[in-house]
Amino acid sequence: MLNIVHMWVNGNEVELAHDPRESLLETLRDRLNLTSVKKGCGVGECGACTVLIDGVAVDTCLYLTMWAEGKHILTTEGLKGPNGELNPIQQAFIDEAAVQCGFCTPGLIMTAVELAGTGKKYTRDELRKLIAGHLCRCTGYENILNAMEKICGAGS
Amino acid sequence: MFDIEGYYEAKSVEDAVRLLAEHEDAQIISGGTDVLVKLRDGKDAGGSLVSIHEIRELHGVRLQEDGTLEIGPATCFTDLTNDPLIRRYVPYLGEAVDTVGGPQVRNQGTIGGNVCNGATSADSAATLQTLNAVVVLQGTDGIRRVSVTEFYTGPGRTVRRHDEVCRAIEIRPEDYAGFTGCYMKYGKRAAMEIATLGCCVRVKLDQEGRTIKEARIGYGVAAPTPIRCPVTEAALAGCSVEDDRIYEMIDSGVLGEVRPRSSWRASKEFRMQLISEMARRALKEAIRRSLNGEAPGVAAQDGKGGDQAC
Repeated sequence: MLNIVHMWVNGNEVELAHDPRESLLETLRDRLNLTSVKKGCGVGECGACTVLIDGVAVDTCLYLTMWAEGKHILTTEGLKGPNGELNPIQQAFIDEAAVQCGFCTPGLIMTAVELAGTGKKYTRDELRKLIAGHLCRCTGYENILNAMEKICGAGS
Repeated sequence: MFDIEGYYEAKSVEDAVRLLAEHEDAQIISGGTDVLVKLRDGKDAGGSLVSIHEIRELHGVRLQEDGTLEIGPATCFTDLTNDPLIRRYVPYLGEAVDTVGGPQVRNQGTIGGNVCNGATSADSAATLQTLNAVVVLQGTDGIRRVSVTEFYTGPGRTVRRHDEVCRAIEIRPEDYAGFTGCYMKYGKRAAMEIATLGCCVRVKLDQEGRTIKEARIGYGVAAPTPIRCPVTEAALAGCSVEDDRIYEMIDSGVLGEVRPRSSWRASKEFRMQLISEMARRALKEAIRRSLNGEAPGVAAQDGKGGDQAC
């Protein structure tokens, strides 16, 4: 039995049939082809599937699509400017060489978007804690923190 | 895709109670950060879910007329930590739940789930024990209130019946006013870790700040369920905070009141060492916070959270 969910995805109103047993991760990837949302651990530890739901970072592997009714979802695809420009956060990740294999990158960028959205400035230690829900096995996190500091660090 | 047979979205607590009574194979899902992980693992596969995720009345922290703090069970850990009432009257509870998983999990996982899943390792458990928090359960037979000190019946087991929904967690003024506290968690990593041991110590000092009027000690993972240490608590009452023997009292006293086990996370011997050391450190910090004037009064319902003398 399929359920119909109405939600806003990257600013577009979406009405979509889905299985009530589906995670939002599966719906976004497999039905809407938003493949920036990565499937990693599936248990809320790696953060690769992070998107913003009503502005809040959530692991979509542990979020039922049923709950997305009426909500606003933002994925990395939705950061693109009208002429295809990169978001300043994406640019900062490039400038700081904060990307290696790239698997954790969309999730980390969404957390950075969430933090930038608060308007607050964060110390490096605060940023360390706030990215604790993401695993990166390539970079050692230093360049990721450098990129995030450029956007919402205390000195930025 | 999760292996579930039926899915029911409850519109209200009454609705959830009815759905649970109708579907014996159903379990409650709120934030989903435990239930979905277990389902993915094949546990409870083929059962049904009654979702209370969208019941707005279960979210947020409210103040009752008599100063009781009423925590909506569907309040996520992040919202609890940032809540003005929690920060003012029971900040150590906010600190405790700020150690759960990582930020995204804390944006979804709920305090009600942390209590009702019956885990001794729940990060809120030790602190709620010391607060004598009351779990308000609504079922087919009406509403009943159970203290968290009588809530757990074994690992992962509680007195909550199948058709009962937690509709609030209450903290009474006599359990928070005048107290400071400190929660300490030991895990192998600083984040994304289940507690090897959790310890909360709370103190209420006399007006001069010289003597312990009341001490409360709670643990997670020091026994199959969260526990208190009433004997050591009683021994500390009346002691001077300037007398360093209180630290020897607490670190040897608690050892007689705990029953830790060896598990793949840590041996019983290591846990015993943690139990002593963490109690000592948490007591020291709780006293420091009291001497620093951090103990709150009773929350008055003036909309500003103003204090009354306690």
